[in-house]
Amino acid sequence: MRPLAVLFRREVSLAWGRGGGPLLAVGFLIAAVTLFPLALGPAPGPLAAVAAGVAFVVLALATLLTLERLFERDFEDGALDLLALGVPPLEAVCAVKVLASWLVVGAPLALAAPVAAIALGEPLAAAPMIFVTTLLAGLAFAFVGGAGAALSLASRRGGALLAVIVLPLIIPPVIFGGAAIGAFAGGLEWRTGLALLAAYALAAAALTPFAMAAACRNALG
Amino acid sequence: MIASVRLEDLAVERGGRMLFQGLTAAVGTGEALAVTGPNGAGKTSLLRAIAGLLAPAAGRIVFEGPEDAGEARRGGLHLIGHQDGLKGARTAREELLFQARWGGGNDPAALAAAERLGLTRQLDLATRRLSAGQKRRLALARLLAAPRPLWLLDEPLSPLDAAGRVLMSEILSQHLAGGGLVIAAAHDPLPVATRRLEIGA
Repeated sequence: MRPLAVLFRREVSLAWGRGGGPLLAVGFLIAAVTLFPLALGPAPGPLAAVAAGVAFVVLALATLLTLERLFERDFEDGALDLLALGVPPLEAVCAVKVLASWLVVGAPLALAAPVAAIALGEPLAAAPMIFVTTLLAGLAFAFVGGAGAALSLASRRGGALLAVIVLPLIIPPVIFGGAAIGAFAGGLEWRTGLALLAAYALAAAALTPFAMAAACRNALG
Repeated sequence: MIASVRLEDLAVERGGRMLFQGLTAAVGTGEALAVTGPNGAGKTSLLRAIAGLLAPAAGRIVFEGPEDAGEARRGGLHLIGHQDGLKGARTAREELLFQARWGGGNDPAALAAAERLGLTRQLDLATRRLSAGQKRRLALARLLAAPRPLWLLDEPLSPLDAAGRVLMSEILSQHLAGGGLVIAAAHDPLPVATRRLEIGA
């Protein structure tokens, strides 16, 4: 476990700088959310209806932006060789990298998402629910996006390829999370949506490290 | 502890082109093997195949010792390639301590390695400000900071100055005297007694 703890600390410190780190991701979220009232008009009705959904979609895009270089830098500078030749298996290395990224970027985004949704007209009472769902969805986005980042390693134009690989896979958490927030705000049964979202996030956390490790080995070989 | 590495009838292919085939060689404890050959002959690919990063097209790589090949590779070898694996924005100290701890070494050993390689004054510089030779010294420091039996070195001497080469010959001799194994791709002759393996001739 000790080498993985060492790796986690390094990844956290690298994630502060990668792609601008948490400040840039949160800034992107706020800037993108600001576009919606400008595009849809300032009337509160239509904005409030889409507030939670907008927060979710923008969260997904912000996560994708920060994940693009998750493996690429280590691949380019040779550090991925070092990580592949360590005692812990490469699957654990990939999972640790994603978890560190989630902690540094996903968690601040989950804190910013309720603020963005409320600014668009979501009721204040929904804030805790938005925080929990965006935190879980951020975990799912991070693992699925990490798999996409690993798969697009050896190709040029990794960014666009990453989006094409990953966007279809993040549809389920967007649906479950949006449904849970909508149900919660409307006073309906919300536990099902939240449970499905949590299940998806955990399944992604359990399965994608194998895909990431296989893709990294393929890129190295 | 790896007792020996044997290459049996090894063939390596890159991008549809056969780099070499029918390669047979062995290295035991206390021995060094210098892999020579023209540019593009497959020296780097051979080292990566031994490290397990690249699957050979044919033949076998056998690790003899108490561990199986997977265990021997994970935690049993160091690969120092052309790329030093250093993050430009981090300081030499941060990178050295990470590489040492990741490899199973400890901080005093890492700092002692930095001192031996003459890097003590550079430890607080960002690695992007180091020269090529200093970066190589920093990468080589993990050989000392996290002891492992098999060293796979890809042109280890090329960016080093004369003093660095003398130092490296001492480090290599010590490693071999302690029962280590070295396989190095080299154009310049290594400063220790080696057997030569010519590929791509």
